Amino acid sequence: MPWDSEMVARFKQRYGSGIREASTYLGQSYMIVDSSLIHEILQLLRDDEGFDYCVDVTAVHYPQREQQFDVVWILYSFARNLRIRVKTLIHETESVPSSVDLWVTADWLERECFDMFGIKFDGHPNLKRILLPDGWKGYPLRKDYGIIQQDKEWVQINLGIESGQ
Amino acid sequence: MNPTSTSNLDLDTRQETFLDANELIINMGPQHPATHGVLRVILKLDGEKVLGTECVIGYLHRGVEKIAENRTYTMFNPYVDRMDYVAAVSNGLGYCEAVEKLLNVEAPPRARYIRVILTELNRLASHQLWLGTHALDIGAMTPLFYTFRDREEILKIFEKYCGARLTTHAFRIGGCVYETYDGFEDDVKKFLKFVPPKIDEYEELLTTNRIWLERTRNVGTISAKDCIAFGVTGPVLRASGVKWDIRKAQPYSGYENFDFEIPTGQNGDTYDRYLVRLAEMRQALRIIDQAVNSIPEGPIMAKIPKVIKPPVGEIYHSIEAPKGELGYFIVSDGSTQPYRVRVRPPSFVNLQALDLMVRGALVADVIAVIGTLDIVLGEVDR
Repeated sequence: MPWDSEMVARFKQRYGSGIREASTYLGQSYMIVDSSLIHEILQLLRDDEGFDYCVDVTAVHYPQREQQFDVVWILYSFARNLRIRVKTLIHETESVPSSVDLWVTADWLERECFDMFGIKFDGHPNLKRILLPDGWKGYPLRKDYGIIQQDKEWVQINLGIESGQ
Repeated sequence: MNPTSTSNLDLDTRQETFLDANELIINMGPQHPATHGVLRVILKLDGEKVLGTECVIGYLHRGVEKIAENRTYTMFNPYVDRMDYVAAVSNGLGYCEAVEKLLNVEAPPRARYIRVILTELNRLASHQLWLGTHALDIGAMTPLFYTFRDREEILKIFEKYCGARLTTHAFRIGGCVYETYDGFEDDVKKFLKFVPPKIDEYEELLTTNRIWLERTRNVGTISAKDCIAFGVTGPVLRASGVKWDIRKAQPYSGYENFDFEIPTGQNGDTYDRYLVRLAEMRQALRIIDQAVNSIPEGPIMAKIPKVIKPPVGEIYHSIEAPKGELGYFIVSDGSTQPYRVRVRPPSFVNLQALDLMVRGALVADVIAVIGTLDIVLGEVDR
């Protein structure tokens, strides 16, 4: 179902096909925007539209697609009592601009995204692993990473055991 | 004060010798009783004064989100209890409701009332555990025994209801699997009479206690603006004066039927957060009281297919867990297993504000602030 609102109309007028899709599913609205516009749109949403609370930054991996990753920002506006999602699609080698300058909370959330998917956020002040150890190889939440797969070398060197399984 | 990121800690520059070192870098944790689990905080100190901190987390990482992708929707349900293990019922409620939304079904009214009663009991239990351990960290030992004594009554109700005390797995997708046992309502009503004087006891011990006031007032102050910038939710946000609770803002599971207030603070310090959580305990009792007295008859399970296969699509659903906004972002590809489950953990996001809250404070205040944030490492690391 298309997402019709004054705000979306304004964005569409301004960015044209840069807003690839704006839809509502099960009462929740989201829009998909070009990765080159993402930072500008997030900034507009924060400054002019009142989405002052960044709930979550996360990603989804679709290995069979050409643009493998969905990067998702979930935003909330206290004034409107409205929660929306802003998505952008990127290639495996592409990076996205960091939103830490807009919401400090994105710091750890983007680090987790990097840790789990290997997505690089340009301009992030401290982009390193957060949940996994620093020297770990591989990105566990990618679809090609097996459920019992692990960085055997890391485990053998650092834990002194044959396998963590 | 501008919110600063946690990353500008310079760990590489060291002084020549220990004697002329006025800056000292020490480790707190991961094996430290006051960090509430395996949290490691690297502190940069000037004497007793904290110049900066860096949290090292992940010691309890179990890959819950990866596990979800390899289990069916039903099979993943018990796993969510292991994230915030002191508020397992809330985790289950959030997950079940998210999948129900994705399936476009709603739990029957009776199930929703049972869910509200158990979730609010769990909120009380979580806050009691928080109060006991937080007070213990600061040096008051008695509240721990009082709160654990009273929390036991809640766990007994859980045990009678579903056989488990902590990781309850009380709810199923579509409603509840267990009907209330004989005497459930009497037990809850008895508990409602039993616990208010006990909360008064906690207050007698702490609220006007001089040592408690000295240790908590103006400690770990955070402004409403910083709270929002850091994405901090739950009692921490409310203690800074923002009247926001998802149960009121975007009601779920029938919370719109109940009359309750959102307690708020003004100063955003550790003492205010203590007062807010105590007031929340009383509000939880109010909700349970209304729910248990008007619990409707009827089925407890919605009509859902035996094999759960939600249509292609995605959903974000969040609830007000005892610690803040607990969200589930679920992507379905139409199969029996979720394509992606993302958990938005309140503890993880709240912990990020630690650095801002303790900068310029004393080492002892770090302990107080870790306690007042009410983190559970199982949820931080997932």
